[in-house]
Amino acid sequence: MARTLITLPAQIRRDEVIEVRTLVAHPMETGYRPGADGKVLPRDLIRRFSCTFDDGVTKDLVFSAELFAAISANPFLAFPLRATSGGTLIFVWEGDNGFRQTETVALRLA
Amino acid sequence: MGCTGPTRRQAIASFAVLLSPAADAAVWPADLAAAVAAFTRGAPLREGRVTLEIAELVDNGNAVPLSLSVQSPMTPADHVVAVAVFNERNPQREVALFGFGPRSARAQVSTRIRLATSQKLVAVARMNDGSCWSRTVDVIVTIAACIEGES
Amino acid sequence: MSWRELCRASLALFLLACFIATGATAQSADTRKSGFGSMGAALQAMQRDDGQNPAMLWAADGAALWQRGAGSSGKSCADCHGALPERMRGVASRYPAFDAALGRPLNLGQRINQCVQERQGAPALAAESSSLLSLETAVALQSRGLPLQSAANARLAPFLEQGRQLYAQRIGQLNLSCAQCHDERAGSRLGGSTIVQGHPTGYPVYRLEWQSLGSLQRRLRNCMSGVRAEPYAFGAPELVALELFLARRAAGMPIETPGVRP
Repeated sequence: MARTLITLPAQIRRDEVIEVRTLVAHPMETGYRPGADGKVLPRDLIRRFSCTFDDGVTKDLVFSAELFAAISANPFLAFPLRATSGGTLIFVWEGDNGFRQTETVALRLA
Repeated sequence: MGCTGPTRRQAIASFAVLLSPAADAAVWPADLAAAVAAFTRGAPLREGRVTLEIAELVDNGNAVPLSLSVQSPMTPADHVVAVAVFNERNPQREVALFGFGPRSARAQVSTRIRLATSQKLVAVARMNDGSCWSRTVDVIVTIAACIEGES
Repeated sequence: MSWRELCRASLALFLLACFIATGATAQSADTRKSGFGSMGAALQAMQRDDGQNPAMLWAADGAALWQRGAGSSGKSCADCHGALPERMRGVASRYPAFDAALGRPLNLGQRINQCVQERQGAPALAAESSSLLSLETAVALQSRGLPLQSAANARLAPFLEQGRQLYAQRIGQLNLSCAQCHDERAGSRLGGSTIVQGHPTGYPVYRLEWQSLGSLQRRLRNCMSGVRAEPYAFGAPELVALELFLARRAAGMPIETPGVRP
């Protein structure tokens, strides 16, 4: 399973406010749902998400989220970012059962 | 999750965007009010500045697209610190808690949530000066009529 | 001319006129509609936006699997088939397709599995497994926007006829046929949902009910459970015959893979 999919606009101009779209493959098992045998499936959730921007000088937290069972499977999060310069975006998802996924995406200005 | 509980059958076909303020804190159940209070930390709560975009009538409660935004210049002097989303009738009140930073430019987020049944949703924004703003909407959730056990 | 003869002649002329009128109308109005139109705006946006459509996670996985060597051959799909976008464009629109060696139609997933086993020398991928669905999605995505094919193939005729009969046959405790809902009552409401015409234009599909991606056969089995019939097993010839019939019934409609449905 490709764990994540991150979408940035094709062309990004300096100081433009862009939408960063993220998808991560995860069942987000609520802990309320019975399985085929009638027993409740154990809770298995992504709990935290963060996006940090590193422009080579500083690392700023762009956006963060605390997720609960009410977030749908294969969580989708889209948020804005002002692209003041080129740099690196670091995405981290963390959750139950030691789940941790990190993705790094270069942000290049047009 | 998302397909339990009573449903209301309405023949409204709609994809309404901005919904008028449905209710204020006075009609929230006690546990919803408590969850909101834990987030606002006792600061006074006013209605406004927050927009919640969600379909009025939902096809399937498993994945309901939701977008929210808060009117704010997002300057160091005046910005949104966090936005929390709560529900009325899922097993747990909290939906998500979102935090913004100096590069956010706008306090906006889109995601997909689970709704167990028709209910209210509440979004609360906390500003850097501690003030809190909220928006409440009503959502109707129907489930597919063919209840399938097999996969 | 007697009064009776005059009546008969008038009736014949009237029926002829109706026939011509109906014929002309049927040719000019294609009333077929994808289930996409029955969804709310938010779900339609979810399908249209590749950055939002959860099925694209599987498509990305499929593209990665395409490059990966497997089995005793150590070959990847790319080693024989070349690049995914260029070489696979139009392929999915021709499925289910006739396999001469087996003497019966195969759907796209079965064809992929045939390659995996016979040409890669790897064990078969399980039905509805993430790997198989990912490959199917990645291949079918290359045909997005292309029309489902309608080319007649004499060798498929008996299977198409079997599919047509299955579609019209009442099944299950509720004693309903596909045709009764999806032909006769399409557009009406069943509970809170609109009954769709049931065209397979978006498969594999991300179904919100499943909270996952799944195949057309999974959806057909769900419907059979829905009318309280024992569903055919995955890969059953009856399901392939139904897939073939549905594909021909939707011939000319554009492929939407990967679709999103409630």
